[in-house]
Formats: sequence, C-alpha cells, structure tokens
Amino acid sequence: MSNDNGTEEKLDNDPVARLYEIASSIYDQLSAGRIPKMVIPLRTKSNIRFDPKLGVWKYGKASGARSAKKTKGAQMLLRTMFVLEFIEDMIAQNKSSTLREMYYISEGWGKGKFSSQDESNLLAEDLEIVTKCVREDFKLRPEENGASVMGDLVITETDRKGKVKKINCRDDVGDSGYGIPYNVEKDKIKLIESGAAFVLAIETGGMFDRLIENGFDEKAGALLVHLKGQPARSTRRFIKRLNEEMNLPVVAFTDGDPWSFRIYASVAYGAIKTAHISEYLATPTAEFVGITASDIVNYELPSDKLTDMDVRALNAELKDPRFNDEFWRGEIETMLQLNKKAEQQALAKYGLDYVTDTYLPEKLTEIGVMR
Amino acid sequence: MTSIAEQLAKKQKEISVSEFFERNRQILGFDSATKSLIMGVKEAVDNSLDACEEASISPDIIVKIDRVDQNEYMVTVEDNGPGIIPRVVPNVFGRLLYGSRFHSLRQSRGQQGIGISATVMYGQMTTGKPATVVSKTEKNGAAVKMDIMVNTKKNTPDVLKEDFVIWDEKEHGTKIEFYMNGRYVVGKQSVLEYLKETAIVNPHATIIFTDPDGKKYIFERATDKMPPPTKEIKPHPEGIELGVLMNMTKVTTANKLSKFLRNDFNRISERVAKEICEKSWLSEDEKPQELTLEQFKQLLAAMSSVKIMAPQTDCLSPIGEVLIRKGLKNVLDESRPEFYAPPVTREPTVYQGNPFLIEVGIVYGGNLPKDQPITILRFANRVPLLYQQGACVITKAIERMDWRRYVLEQRGGEGIPYGPAIVLVHVASTKIPFTSEAKEAIANIPEMQEEVELGLKACGRRLKTHLNKKETKGKTKAKFEIVQEILPLIAEKSAKIVGKDVPSLNGTITKIMNVVWIDDTIKFENKKHKIKITVYNYTPKSQSFSLHLVVPQGSIQDMKVDPIPSEMKDGQKITWELRRLSSTAKVEIALELTGLEAEAYEENELYSSGINPIFIIGADPLPGDWDVEALAVTEVDVSEAPEDLDEEEVDYDEQAEVLNDEQ
Repeated sequence: MSNDNGTEEKLDNDPVARLYEIASSIYDQLSAGRIPKMVIPLRTKSNIRFDPKLGVWKYGKASGARSAKKTKGAQMLLRTMFVLEFIEDMIAQNKSSTLREMYYISEGWGKGKFSSQDESNLLAEDLEIVTKCVREDFKLRPEENGASVMGDLVITETDRKGKVKKINCRDDVGDSGYGIPYNVEKDKIKLIESGAAFVLAIETGGMFDRLIENGFDEKAGALLVHLKGQPARSTRRFIKRLNEEMNLPVVAFTDGDPWSFRIYASVAYGAIKTAHISEYLATPTAEFVGITASDIVNYELPSDKLTDMDVRALNAELKDPRFNDEFWRGEIETMLQLNKKAEQQALAKYGLDYVTDTYLPEKLTEIGVMR
Repeated sequence: MTSIAEQLAKKQKEISVSEFFERNRQILGFDSATKSLIMGVKEAVDNSLDACEEASISPDIIVKIDRVDQNEYMVTVEDNGPGIIPRVVPNVFGRLLYGSRFHSLRQSRGQQGIGISATVMYGQMTTGKPATVVSKTEKNGAAVKMDIMVNTKKNTPDVLKEDFVIWDEKEHGTKIEFYMNGRYVVGKQSVLEYLKETAIVNPHATIIFTDPDGKKYIFERATDKMPPPTKEIKPHPEGIELGVLMNMTKVTTANKLSKFLRNDFNRISERVAKEICEKSWLSEDEKPQELTLEQFKQLLAAMSSVKIMAPQTDCLSPIGEVLIRKGLKNVLDESRPEFYAPPVTREPTVYQGNPFLIEVGIVYGGNLPKDQPITILRFANRVPLLYQQGACVITKAIERMDWRRYVLEQRGGEGIPYGPAIVLVHVASTKIPFTSEAKEAIANIPEMQEEVELGLKACGRRLKTHLNKKETKGKTKAKFEIVQEILPLIAEKSAKIVGKDVPSLNGTITKIMNVVWIDDTIKFENKKHKIKITVYNYTPKSQSFSLHLVVPQGSIQDMKVDPIPSEMKDGQKITWELRRLSSTAKVEIALELTGLEAEAYEENELYSSGINPIFIIGADPLPGDWDVEALAVTEVDVSEAPEDLDEEEVDYDEQAEVLNDEQ
C-alpha cells in the first residue's frame, strides 16, 4: 500500500518475507530448546495511545505473549503456522480467499482448526500487526462490502476484468447509490472530482433513503455515505480518501445510543481492533452532528429507556480514551442521567421533512459545513 | 403405737427389675413408637448375629414386619444360628438381665443381656400378646415352640404354651415372632436404615428384609470368611475401681495375694505381681480376702504405679480394612460414590482396663450430595448407632477436626463438615462406655476421642492423596496434550515453511512440562498384583530423589522387583533411590505383590522424598515422621506451583476484552 500524503509508508514490505520471518522465529526457538512464543502488541483500551502527528489512535508499547506453555497459546501458534502456509500457497498461485473461506478451510487442519469465525478474523489481524502489512497483502478479504454513496462525486473504477469505468455517483447510479467495493485503493478506484461541500456519513438505511428522497444531497451539497451500521474498513478508507484527496469535511449522523457513538469513533479515531492501521482508516477531523443526548432534550425526541447493556457500554466509554474530551464526557454523562436513547429517525415526530428542513441545517450550520 | 418411720417402713417393698424397666422403658430405648419398632428388631438381630458368630456359622438372617392394624405390627426375626436348648429358652426371652455375656469381658453386641426380653416385655405391654419362639439345635431333631411372656412382678418367664414342631427348612436356628405397638417409617432413622448399616459392618452376614408393604430388600454377604472370634479376657489392672477390686477378692479362688493377682487379672506375671506387692508394702502370701480397706487402697495405688503391659487385644475382632471397604461397596454402590478411601484400623489401646480399637472408612464423591452435611455412620461392636448423634464421642471427634485440609467444607474449621462424603467409624471394645442404657451414643471419653480423631485423620489423608493425585494429574494432562500433540505439529509446519529439518523437541518439552511425571498401573493376574511404575524426567535438569511405595503386610514374600530397592519394610514401604535420572530420560519399575485379594489393593500409594514436591506429579511428599505412626504426622503444605509465565509477560490470549465495537 502506498500513499501520497506524509503518512507512514508501507513500501517494500514483502508479505512473503514477513511471513517467513514469523515461521523462522518459531523454528529457531524450537531448535534452541526454548518454549516458542510470539510477542504481539496488546489490543486493549488501555494500550491505545493518541498519536498527535497523525491525529489518530494507535497501539502503545504494551505487548502480550502467545506462548506454547498454555494450551490456548499452543493451539493459536499451530493455527498461525497453518495460516502462514495457506497464505504462502495463495500468493504463489495468485489466488485470494475471504476470511470466511479461510475459516472453513481450517476444518481440514486437524488440531489447527479454528473454533469460530471471530478467532480466524482476529488471527488475520494479529498477522497484520506483526508483519505491518494489511490483510489484502495476504490475499485475504473480508465478507462485508462497503456502503453506498450518493451525491456529486465522479470516480473511475477498474473492474475485475481490467476495464476502467467512469461513474458519477448521482447520475450514473440507481436510487441506492454507488456500492463501495472491498478494495478502495488507487489501483482500483480513482477520485476524479466533486462539487459537494461536505461528506455526510449516515448510520441507518432508513435515514439514508430519507435524505435521498428529500434531495438533501443537492440542497445542501452533501455527499451521502451510508455506513450500514459499524462501517467496514473499505467504507472508512473511502471516507478518509474523500477527506484527504478531495478536501471534503466529514460529518457523522447516527442514532443517539452508545453503540452509535462507537460508530462515530471508528470513523473519526479508529477502531480499537484496527488501531495498527488507524492512519489509513480514520478521519480525525470528522465531526459528530447527532443524535446527541442534548438533542433528545432540546428537540424533545421520542426515546427509549436505556437497557443494562447500554448503561454498561456508556460506562465503558467513559473509560475509553477516544471519548476522553469535554464534549463527549458531557454527552455521555447526560445520557446516563437522562437514562434515555433515541433513533435518528425519531426526528420524524415533527414530519418527514423536519430532518432536512430544520434539524440538519440548524446543526450543520453550527458546525460550519453548511453553506 | 407405730411410729411414722415404722409406717413408712411397712410400705417399702422390693420392686423387681422388670417392673422398674416397665415403668422406665425409655432407659431401654423404647421412647417413641418409631424407635420402639427399631429397638425390637435391633435386639433380635443382635442376638442372632452374636449366636451365629459364636458358633462360626455364616449368618443368614430373615426379618419380616407385618402391619396388623394402624398401630400394631408383627415382627419376625429368624436366623440359622446354633439354636437355644429348650431348658434355657424361657429365661433368655422372658427374664431381664439374664445372659451369658454379662459376666464376661469380651467384645459382643448383646453386652448387657437385657435386650430381647425387654422387647418381649414391651410387646406384651402394648399389645397384651406373648412372643412366640421357635428354636432348633439339631439337624435331625424337632424344634421347640413356646409362647412366652415376662412376669414383671417376679422377673421370671411365663410359658403359656409349649410344643415340639417339625422345622424342616432349617438344620438349626432360632425364630422369634412378637407383636408390638410401633410406627414403621422410612428414612434416616428407620428399620431399613438400621439393617442396611448392619449389613455394612457385618459383610459376612446375609440379611433379607420384607417391609410392611411386602417389598423385599436383600443384603447379600460380601465374604464367606467369618470374623475372627472374640475372646474373653480377664480384667486389666488399669483404671480398676476400689469397689470392684474388693469384690473380686470376695469371689476369688486364690488364697495368696500374688496368685490372686496373677490369676484373676490380665497381664500380671510373676514378676509384676511381685513388684506390685512390694510397692504396696504387702506380702505375696497375704490372704486376699483378709485385706483391710487401707491395704486395698495401697494395693490399688501400687497397681497404677507399676508399668504393666497393655492387655492382649486379640479379644477384639475388628472388621478390618478390606472388609470395611467391601461392606461399604456392597451396600452403597447404588449411590455410586467415586472413591473409597482405604479404611484405617488403628492398633488397639486401653481405657480403664478395657481394650478398644477404632476403625474408620470414608467414601467420597460420585453421586453423593455435595451441598449437604456429610453422612456419619456410627457403630459400636458392629451394631449401628442411629440415635443421639450429637452426644456421641464419634461425632465430637468429627466436629473437632479441621476437615478443610481434607477437601471438605467446614466453616471455621469446626462442626460437622459439608461435602459429598460418608464417614464410617466403628468402635470395638470389651466394654463400650455408652451414655445411657439405651446404648445409643458412646460416652465422650478423651482417650477415645483422640483415637477416633487419629483414625479420621489417617483416613482423611488417604482421601486427600487420592484427590490431589487426580487434580494434579488432570492439570498436567493439558500440558501433556501440548507436548505430545500440538508441539510436534508446530515443529513440523514451521520446518516445512522454512525448508529445514524438523527440530528436536526435548529441550522445549522439558521446559513446558517441568515436572517429574510418575505413571503407575496395577494389573491383577494369576492371583498377583503386577505393578508398573514409570518415572519420566520432564525437567531440564537431571534429578535424584527417593520414591516410596506403601505395601500391605505380608504381600512382599519372595517378591520379584526390578530395579532393586534400597529398602523394603513389610507392611510399610519399599524405597527406591533414583540417582541422576537425566533430563528426558525415564526409568521403569516393576514388581509383584502376592497374597492379596483383588480388591484389597486398588491404588498405588506413592510418596517421594528428596525433591521439591512442586516438581513431581503422581507422588505426594513423604510425611515427616513416617515411622512413628502413632504421633501426629507433620503435613507438608504444598502450595500452588507458581504461574509459569515470566513476571512481566502478559498472556496475549487471556485478554478478556471484546475487541468488536459492536455488541
């Protein structure tokens, strides 16, 4: 992967060489009669550090060991060996596999079988961290597709047969917009031009459709991106490219509950899970328009009571370094006190056009992105 | 004119023994309807067992309870004992305090001889009906049949009917049938429970019980071997009381003091008699019948000051470790306990001139209920004690012990512990000190309590060793899986990826296991126990230590063993010195034990010494003062092995945090 801005480059990372290094390390440890282990940075809340230069959250120095001393560690090391071999084979044959496929292929690995899809996903991420490559370098792709885009944006996409297509994300697409593929790098997608003023990243499909139907993209000059819940890597990467290459400010518009706050956080700061590649996926300048706890009060929105899980999640967020600023602390405390959450579509209380006529213009003007 | 005193004197009259007990039936244990029924069965069954044993007959006892009406039951107890001759039958069943066993000092169930006649009396008191006794002593003879009642005013039997009948089903035996008011229940304190527990401690007996609903319970004997007969002994000087001593001189045939001492007492030899006489300032030729009170006191003092050998204890008949286990297994196997700790039979000791010994058995785990107090089975001279659990010395000993070190729960280390366990304690003695005439609980004698505690601790240790072994072996199993299965695969794969030879794993294996692993097996073939012990050194360094195996008495005659041990003590242990066993090496020990029954040896009791116990799996550390079993054993407290990871290293896979930002 390469990048034109001043972010960390990943040139000259031969994935094969890196994988070989891992196997070699294990082999050498065994030959020396030691208990083999892999040292991996800890992927926990307590080990995320804010990198001021990049404006994103990355893993700190704390690390853990995966050692053959314990059964779980030994099993994971075995699985790692199997995965290394598998990736090597794929690279040699120029094939790729989804993570799901890799999980099923592991059924034939005997003791090295994965016990769950999550386990194999996490292992793939472990390898990313240790080798400083991305999954795609290992020929592994995720299940999730990216989200949809609707608005004033022209791109070119090189399809699977090598043909280059020029696509206008309003005129050349249907009502559901342009679908972001899993690979959004320059070799696949080029951003040509855009007349939009800002990017509006929307959590729910219902709201996305509402804004399209109300013509909000044209009225406000918004480039609408449907996140589809917790956004896939490709979605986040796409948004980041829009921000960097097209100089478009990014605003997130989600439901008002702790899970949605995390959606915003992953767009803006990076997910804890992928902190090793935050600088590629996160848009640190992204703003949050709502629904905030204050909105629930100020707009008297229909709301639901917080469940125990919600409360636990909010309390966890108070400890999450990504939410450790005045704005977020205030909002989270307010929500806990209110004991209420609300969906973005609750704005329909005041009519179908309220969101595009009143709420968004008011709030986006406050932020300063609206013309 | 008669004075008031004389008037009162006229009213005084003798009250017979039976009249007394008639009015104080609870002294004999006939307090409640439920209990009375149990007592009735108990007295008859006790008698039957005693009689069969004396005649060396394997007891076959048949008990039947029929409901006559709401309150009245008919109880029938039949045995295959030697029978009772007709002349003696009325007295045995119709006269209180008549019996052959009252005067002799020996371990027997019916010590006091009150038993069965009290039942007959209670029966007639509550139902007005006599008891019917049938008894046959000779194979080809007829059986005598009598209807008997107790004349309570005179304490003599009333024979209402007498007949001779043909009783072909039996060569010899006795049957009693009586009616009484009672209440038949099921559960903890019931006839069935009583018979069940009797079956446990009398594994040589077969007991068949039919309940009022017609349901039959059969407790088959677990062994054909009869317990060794108990012997009568003379009183022992220790603890003898002044009044008893004085009475003995009244009935002795000896006319010289030293002869009196030698003949009428246990363990007084010529030399000892001489010493006693000297110390009491009396001549050996003194006439025992003519001693004064002062002289008796001197004699008594001398007897307690002279060192006298403890009484012979072969008068006692312990159930024995093998049969306790068999008995428990035979009866309890439906509850499927997981483990029967090897029972403990302690050496006999003496209290007030009476020998006694304690036996303990513990059963653990399996389907036994976990969250309840343990079940305590108490026995005195092979008779179950069902009542007054709280007052019994056995219970007190259990309450006083700290069971927490023996894997049971016990708040504050006191009181009855909780857990899936059954504890059996048997006290055998020529004279059991009961708390009351009802013979329900054993008196709280300190010497006895201590013996019970020592027995409990010895048995508890065996339980703990077993559970420890199971637990540590379980934990190490995971490590075994790693080194035997996963690690070789990792080596193979990594070698393939880097294109080199598969590396040797010895160094890594010893670091992961870091223990000396002892694997032991037992095979019973051709009447021999073939034992194989393999010692693997899975540590990075060479090890030297001693390995001990406990062996039962008499099992190592002409024993084949390889390698040759450094020490062998029959009935104790065999010791091997393992010198400089190098890293990843193993040593195999094979031996054969002979002369034991199959179930008598089911688990190898292995100990180690000379090595840090943390590094050994499969052998507990040898308790400190091994050879001095009577003293409390110093326990080596083996704390948990320290966590294997380096201090700073965090286990990557143990991070509990959910990494997904979604639910």
